[in-house]
Amino acid sequence: MSNDNVVEIEDLSFSYSSGRQVLSKINLRIPRGQVVGIMGQSGCGKTTLLRMIGGALKPSQGDVRVFGRSLRDMGQEQIYALRRRMSMLFQFGALFTDMSSFDNVAFQMREHTRLEEPMIRDLALMKLHAVGLRGAAHLMPSELSGGMARRVALARAIALDPELMMYDEPFAGLDPISLSVIGQLIRKLNDALGATSIIVTHDIQESLKIVDYIYFVADGRVIAEGSAEEVKASLEPYVHQFVWGEADGPVPFHYPAADYVADLLRGTRA
Amino acid sequence: MTQPTSFAFLRALGARTINAVWRLGFATRFLLATVRHTPAAFRRLPLTMREIYFAGVLSLTIILVSGLFVGMVLGLQGYDTLARFGSSEALGVLVALSLVRELGPVVAALLFASRAGSAITAEIGLMKATEQLDAMEMMAVDPVARVIAPRFWGGVISMPLLGALFTATGILGGYVVGVVMIGVDVGQFWSQMQAAVDFREDVMNGMIKSFVFGIAVTWIAVFEGYEAPPTAEGVSGATTRTVVTSALVILALDFVMTAFMFHGVR
Amino acid sequence: MNRTTIDLWVGIFVAMGLAALVFLSFQVANLTGGTSGETYTLVARFDDLGGLKVKAPVKSSGVVVGRVADVSFDNNTFQAIVKFKVEQRYQFPLDTSAKILTSGLLGDQYIGLLPGGDPDNLKDGDSIELTQGAIVLENLISKFLFNATTSGDGKDKEKGKDTKAAATADEFEE
Repeated sequence: MSNDNVVEIEDLSFSYSSGRQVLSKINLRIPRGQVVGIMGQSGCGKTTLLRMIGGALKPSQGDVRVFGRSLRDMGQEQIYALRRRMSMLFQFGALFTDMSSFDNVAFQMREHTRLEEPMIRDLALMKLHAVGLRGAAHLMPSELSGGMARRVALARAIALDPELMMYDEPFAGLDPISLSVIGQLIRKLNDALGATSIIVTHDIQESLKIVDYIYFVADGRVIAEGSAEEVKASLEPYVHQFVWGEADGPVPFHYPAADYVADLLRGTRA
Repeated sequence: MTQPTSFAFLRALGARTINAVWRLGFATRFLLATVRHTPAAFRRLPLTMREIYFAGVLSLTIILVSGLFVGMVLGLQGYDTLARFGSSEALGVLVALSLVRELGPVVAALLFASRAGSAITAEIGLMKATEQLDAMEMMAVDPVARVIAPRFWGGVISMPLLGALFTATGILGGYVVGVVMIGVDVGQFWSQMQAAVDFREDVMNGMIKSFVFGIAVTWIAVFEGYEAPPTAEGVSGATTRTVVTSALVILALDFVMTAFMFHGVR
Repeated sequence: MNRTTIDLWVGIFVAMGLAALVFLSFQVANLTGGTSGETYTLVARFDDLGGLKVKAPVKSSGVVVGRVADVSFDNNTFQAIVKFKVEQRYQFPLDTSAKILTSGLLGDQYIGLLPGGDPDNLKDGDSIELTQGAIVLENLISKFLFNATTSGDGKDKEKGKDTKAAATADEFEE
């Protein structure tokens, strides 16, 4: 296996305790320095994948290796140590509502380092500046718009300069300007920090602008993968439907139902 | 026709009982994890102080006002009954013993569960629903240490203080009604009370009750919040469960403790 | 929410709580500074305990000087053995008598100590010789009825009256 993969997922299967099989024999590789997109329909297991990379869920079968270390038999302490090198941006930011934006960004610094307050202040302001919100440092999360909150959360995520960044639906619910801003920030920060990024999303247009490689996940399996150009040009039915936003294709428009005519007629007979 | 229904009922009952027992075991493990993080909670004193503020200080109004009214009602009702037997000078004894032994700890705990317990559950549940707890986990900060433990100790420390304040205010309320308004002899009121209320038997036992209630209510509150389904209905259901479960547990524990503490004296 | 404001309020809250506790201990209950509890134990045997319980007060001249510590039954003399603790600072003569009295008309029972005139005092473990058991209400009533129905000579009637008076007097002692 190439040693330059930050994340390696091998034959990964996972089912919830309720029995629902979410992932079946997934194989993924995330090379260092790249921005990789994981796409698919809602509920196909993308977020579960992220949680497994983060060590929050253990695989039922198969292996997840991050920074070359297998997560299978890691204890809580080791997982916490691993998480110091990675960061996750949650879907709606998940800012701590009882503290200001500044305190949110400074949170990890205060918890994990013994830096002096003046230094923490400077670092936090720098991170906020990188996302363009240094002026909003004093605002509480409830006072921020959706896009701003997501940017503050991004500043918080890069607080300790992580090597691996994970984004859970970073584009969900944003206006066009914020969409573009977040997209550009993801790419710029990745390159500036020399980090690796995984974006879980179903916003195809924004992602295609910034990713190096894409995995398509459906029914718990990887059904297609390729670079941004390959994906755009792909004629694979599912990929094509996804990229061009077609209403009907491998993912059907109609929810499974009885025959249409028979269903209508049944009403008259009763 | 009745056979299948009763089977289904029994099966449901059995499932619910097993579920309740499993939940209790889970809650116990949760409590132990919380307690294990106690040193961390006190090393970060501002966190715990903040929780004492939110649980204790913000409950002061309802505790003091309710205590006053309960004491005043005790004064009125107590006088009415005692006067019938010509023992109205024993009003102080009646008010004090009722409050110190039972009403103080129990009613204060019920009010605490309604105000502070539900607030804690809602807060933690909401943090869970908005992924704040997950975010904290991903930042390698244990939410049990940083969010749960300070709130637990905030509640446990606040409860005995609130219980004492409720009792004290109640006795003053009884004094105001009995002595000032009705005219019971002030000397008799206090002296008979002092003769009847024993520090170790009554006051200490009352404080122990408050302490135990504090642990129970706060434990239920943080557990329900932590386990709440991350939806609006989930959080509201958890908040209701906190208040209801707390009330039942308080009253049950009160019976158990009273049986142990007070049967020997009388 | 300023941190110093929170600290201030928490401080006020804790101070109020402790003040309430102090109020309860001293003004409501009978906690005094001096109940440090240096005590010595005395023993007394009674014919009838009545309703005397462990932790019942031991009083002399109406003041609480100790508590009943232990109550047991002597199978040889068929008497009740009461061990009680008296505070170290109160010393009683060797010929002190102990009676079981009732507080009020139908109240709790306690031990009343009536000091004698002996120059020497009781020491830890000593036994009180002169004791009077509790006046049991049923016995009192039956005695009253017995005396009332006895149509004997005046001497009996007098004796009966005296016994009654003495009994009633004891009964009302605080």
